[in-house]
Amino acid sequence: MASDTTLTPVTIPAAPIEARNAPISVVGPVAWARANLFSGPVSTAVTLALGYLIIRWAIGFIDWAFINAVWSVPNNQTQACRDARGVGACWAVVTEKHRFILFGTYPYEEHWRPALACVVFVGLYIVSAMRRFWRKELALIWIAALTTIGVLMWGGVLGMPYVAQERWGGLPITLILSTFGLAFAFPLAIMVALGRRSRMPAIKAICVLYVELIRGVPLISLLFMASVMFPLFLPEGMNIDKLLRAQIAIILFAGAYLAEVVRAGLQALPKGQYEAADALGLSYWNKTGFIILPQALRMVIPPLVNTFIGFFKDTSLVLIIGIFDLLTAGKTAIVEPAWQGFGVEVYITIGLIYFAFCFAMSKYSQSLETELNQHRRR
Amino acid sequence: MSDATVDPRFKRTAPRRPMKLSWSDERVRAIFWQVLVVGIIVAIIWWLVSNTQRNLEVRRIATGFGFLQREAGLPIAEHLIDYSPTDNYLRALIVGVLNTLKVAIVGIFLATIFGTLIGIARLSRNWLVAKIAGIYVEVIRDLPLLLQLLFWYTILQGLPGPRQAMNPIDGVFLSNRGLLLPWIQWEGAHTAALLAAVIGGVLTWMYSRLMRARQMADGQPRRVWPLGLLLVLGLPVATWALLGAPFKPDVPSLQGFNFRGGMLMSPEYFALLVGLVTYTSGFIAEIVRAGIQSVQHGQWEAAQALGLKPGVVLKQIVLPQALRVIVPPMTSQYLNITKNSSLAVAIGYQDIVSIANTTLNQTGQAIEGIAIIMAVYLSISLSISLFMNWYNSKIALVER
Repeated sequence: MASDTTLTPVTIPAAPIEARNAPISVVGPVAWARANLFSGPVSTAVTLALGYLIIRWAIGFIDWAFINAVWSVPNNQTQACRDARGVGACWAVVTEKHRFILFGTYPYEEHWRPALACVVFVGLYIVSAMRRFWRKELALIWIAALTTIGVLMWGGVLGMPYVAQERWGGLPITLILSTFGLAFAFPLAIMVALGRRSRMPAIKAICVLYVELIRGVPLISLLFMASVMFPLFLPEGMNIDKLLRAQIAIILFAGAYLAEVVRAGLQALPKGQYEAADALGLSYWNKTGFIILPQALRMVIPPLVNTFIGFFKDTSLVLIIGIFDLLTAGKTAIVEPAWQGFGVEVYITIGLIYFAFCFAMSKYSQSLETELNQHRRR
Repeated sequence: MSDATVDPRFKRTAPRRPMKLSWSDERVRAIFWQVLVVGIIVAIIWWLVSNTQRNLEVRRIATGFGFLQREAGLPIAEHLIDYSPTDNYLRALIVGVLNTLKVAIVGIFLATIFGTLIGIARLSRNWLVAKIAGIYVEVIRDLPLLLQLLFWYTILQGLPGPRQAMNPIDGVFLSNRGLLLPWIQWEGAHTAALLAAVIGGVLTWMYSRLMRARQMADGQPRRVWPLGLLLVLGLPVATWALLGAPFKPDVPSLQGFNFRGGMLMSPEYFALLVGLVTYTSGFIAEIVRAGIQSVQHGQWEAAQALGLKPGVVLKQIVLPQALRVIVPPMTSQYLNITKNSSLAVAIGYQDIVSIANTTLNQTGQAIEGIAIIMAVYLSISLSISLFMNWYNSKIALVER
């Protein structure tokens, strides 16, 4: 019987059913809030309590930092600031002293020179961060930039009056100590890291001793050593400037820590790479320069950047031996009786400067990490 | 490279070639370079030492550690052992070492707790909690510690004087003289009770090891906590009660222009502790977060599928695996706290660096002063490293 029946055609509605939005309880901000802020009684209570505290503190902070703040005072008359004590910030201390905080005791009318030096520094950092510049010419850029900075800071040529090193101060000192420290510590670190993996026992022992000794003591002890012991080390009549002595201490300190980071990269490289290079009959330096280091360094770039951030912060320790970096300049700015007691405002300002540099570096390191690990992701 | 992985066959088939006195022999080159490098370094050191000796003679600076027995004459505000300025330098330096240890040990303890909490908070399912923890970590890690210390110290100095001190809870005062906490009048019975608690802890540990060994033998789990609780809490309480149960609360109170009684945390110590703990906990939080994240989700699920309770999953499955990732970087953070406590000198807390620095200024013996600082830190670093390496090897993955 089935063969007799003919199939009646079914008419299909011409217009397909409109896609409906997912219900509001599944997508959208309400659903997001339910899942991430109010997912249970405990979570809800925590969110509400934290929200209340944040709003209260935010209002208090805005009142203090902006609404009740004193932004400027006429020639060092800090009475307005003293009246606002406790309710409003005294940003006038920053307005008044910002040139001193940034450039220290550098001659006032020459301040454009350290300012330009800082710009060159930042430009140098940006260029070094771009991957398209990662080749040998980068070393030339560094030499050119550092020479320019030296000329700008010292002067004595091109109609710029000579400024002695004792008068330098503020942000340029911080940037000089960290950048020059890095530029010299990095090659040192590579040599030490290679030495620590060397098969020659004497060289290995020297490198191990250096790294462990430096890493076992605080930076301050090295800085003290630089400030009080270095003069005893040198022959009579020969004198090294205090800034340079601190710079040497920072280089020695950074070298040991960077060496450990580089060594981690050398160890992480598969043994096959070393063996393949040996099999090709490359000499030690060819093997190291063309095969090992390019791969090993690439692997440790993110931890290297993190170490750089650490050194950038650690240069502030020169305050203890009385070198005029950014932090010392800020601390000195509030020594004057008229401005005493406004340290919080100054430290917040300096903190923002440090934060800007470190935050940029740390974000850069994170993005680099994802970029360099792309081939590993599936 | 260790030789342990070398195939023994290679050792057999490689006969030692006689050393040729030629540049093409690797061993000759190795000896040449080592002699050269060692020679240069010895020459530099010899040059520095001879310069130093001449300079010391010219400037008539005494050498040696004889000054340690001389009267120090330097006042130290905080000392854990009896000290007066008439004591000698050696005692002053010991006071400094104890002050360093005081801030380092308390700092390590607090930073571990605080950092772990923040690290867990960063993984919270509550968006607000995770975000706040994330911002805290980012901000704290991007500011120099010295700046943070100065900031806290300035805030503490800006607090009102004793007469207008902040008094959040009864008996707790926060003023520009520091933080005052209620305490008890310490007596011999308290020391004995503390000792009893330590002994109780050791006994509990031995007992739990014994029970664990028995469980391994017959498979029967045994309860440790009832006896453990009795030993750790009951023993000290009993000791304290036997010795007459002395208990005199020592609550601080305002008298005239200053406080009396209570336990005082000086502004210097308090600022240093707050700065070190907030700074280091930012780093510890990241370590803890990475450690927890390193345990794959499948481990949780597998443990749950076996029907284990959440507490057991955490204790027996997740923590042992996470700790393997956490402990090595944690060691370097503990070392960092200890070394960073040397920044105390910037805010006037008298730790070993501060006292050694005063010593070398007073005596002019810079080399000895710095040698003392370095020796102290090297030995502290070494002890922490040794302890943490021992702990690490205990929890490390046992491979075949």
